[in-house]
Amino acid sequence: MAKSSNEYYSMLQISDSALENMINDAVSSFPDECCGFMFGTEDEDVRKVREITIVANAKEGDKRRRFQVSPVDYMKAEHYAEANGFLLLGIYHSHPNHPAIPSEHDRVAAQPYFSYVILSILDGVYAGLRSWRLNEEALFVEETINDHQTIQ
Amino acid sequence: MATVIIPTPLRKFTNNSSRLNISGASVKEVIGDLSLNFPDLKKHLLDEKGDIRSFVNIFVGDEDIRNLQQEHTALKEDTVVSIVPAIAGGSEAGSLFSREELARYNRHIIIDGFGLEAQTKLKQSKVLIIGSGGLGSPALLYLAAAGVGTIGIVDFDVVDDSNLQRQVIFGVDEIGIPKVVAAKKRLKALNPFIEVKIYNTQLTSQNALELFSEYDVIADGTDNFPTRYLVNDASVLAGKPNVYASIFQFEGQVSVFNHRDAQGEPGPNYRDLYPTPPPPGLVPNCAEGGVLGVLPGIIGSLQALEVIKIITGVGDTLSGRFFTFDALTFETRTFNIKRNKANPLNGENPTITALIDYEQFCGVKAVERPVKEISASQLYDWQVKGEPFQLIDVREQSEYDLVNIGGELIPLGTIGENADRVARDRKVVVHCKMGGRSAKAIRELEEKFGFDNLYNLKGGILGYIDEVQPELTKY
Repeated sequence: MAKSSNEYYSMLQISDSALENMINDAVSSFPDECCGFMFGTEDEDVRKVREITIVANAKEGDKRRRFQVSPVDYMKAEHYAEANGFLLLGIYHSHPNHPAIPSEHDRVAAQPYFSYVILSILDGVYAGLRSWRLNEEALFVEETINDHQTIQ
Repeated sequence: MATVIIPTPLRKFTNNSSRLNISGASVKEVIGDLSLNFPDLKKHLLDEKGDIRSFVNIFVGDEDIRNLQQEHTALKEDTVVSIVPAIAGGSEAGSLFSREELARYNRHIIIDGFGLEAQTKLKQSKVLIIGSGGLGSPALLYLAAAGVGTIGIVDFDVVDDSNLQRQVIFGVDEIGIPKVVAAKKRLKALNPFIEVKIYNTQLTSQNALELFSEYDVIADGTDNFPTRYLVNDASVLAGKPNVYASIFQFEGQVSVFNHRDAQGEPGPNYRDLYPTPPPPGLVPNCAEGGVLGVLPGIIGSLQALEVIKIITGVGDTLSGRFFTFDALTFETRTFNIKRNKANPLNGENPTITALIDYEQFCGVKAVERPVKEISASQLYDWQVKGEPFQLIDVREQSEYDLVNIGGELIPLGTIGENADRVARDRKVVVHCKMGGRSAKAIRELEEKFGFDNLYNLKGGILGYIDEVQPELTKY
């Protein structure tokens, strides 16, 4: 598919501790989906995730295929970012036994601006993560993740 | 005055402000003021109707306004109003396509200019087909095979043996069962990855708008004027594109009506071409006039093609054009059609704002005053008792040669000039194939020649064969 002119070519860097916390949450929540917020800074097209907060999956019923964040947890996250001088950069969640590709359900519910990190957990084992962001046409475009570069 | 907290994702629409002081006595006023000052923010907060979007939560202090007085919640000085986006998702739809689906649709996906993008649109689309007969059969088969995610079928008929000459979605095992049931079974066997919703009912002015609102594209495969106008009007009123097709004997027609162009302007519809229907009885339907079986196969496939083009945005649709195909000469013509200012639906002065009674509009009710009828068993009774009567068959010679019950042949088109052959001194029973043409013949004879001794054979020769002489050939 041809890339349209207004797609992002942004990069996401995730600190070692944030990455470790995310993976631990995703693995320990298996077979349910986990979710949480990502905080950090943004410089030009590079976003640096420095911290994450884990939030409860508020989805009633089957949490293995769905996640939901309560509005109260969302407001807390905005406050946390403000109080600590961070930007609220986005959301992470896991896809148990599914690839780290956003579903149509993810896309429909997605917000502009946020980075959506998806962790694939296959049979309880971490199998990689990818990050996505909506473009102007409300379609997901993949972000480059640089997880080799350690950030402080 | 309230302080509104803008969530991070929407701050790009508020010049990066996270807090705004907005005046307003209620949530509704504050949101209204906000939309006015930041027009780009509006579409993220409100839907087309101006209601707060379902993916947006509004909190006053720590309370969701859904638990207060909704958007009428009053605001005091210094209240904090938070706009909270709903955060949700999940893997439920997988990557939209399973491995099996990707393999199934491979020949679409590898087409340059179609690809996974168009295939995704097909899967997400909902198409409603009115009628699962001659046109509906190929259209349904190809749309299901192509991977249209949700297909709805409206039909109240049951499968009849005489359908199978052209309605290729059905087989002999399904004779007598509802068409929608048989069609769904066939489509699910062809493509288990799609949803098929069936409506075993007649499309009416009462149910059309609600039904249409659930679909993206409507395809009209009906063969009568009342339904054709109903589908057209309901499509325009519901704002849906209508892929039109019709067939008669050796000729077919296709067009795309009410399809919005890139500027959002709707294309012409059936009413731009034909504001009012032809006089009743002038144009017979397939059951009366016949149709070459392969023709609906061709035209219904073209209809499926246009549905796919509308959904995917690939190619140029027939919007603004009217296509005709003559199977005998193999001549095709494409006419340009335009919107008509006098269109009563969406012209300059629209007079139709709701669905009407289409039977009456098309004159079917008004003209079809009842004629005297006789049942097949009653006719048999007269025959057995030797009651004096004349039997007239108003079908065509070719039909008469196929099967007849000894009536005097006077084809409907020649009834007026042969009125003197119709007896006045005894009862006269008039029949055709199913009862439609004979009723017309009787009306003409009564109105122009003052007959009052004419009886229409109910169910026509087919009814007679069923009840009295099942050994005869049905057609």
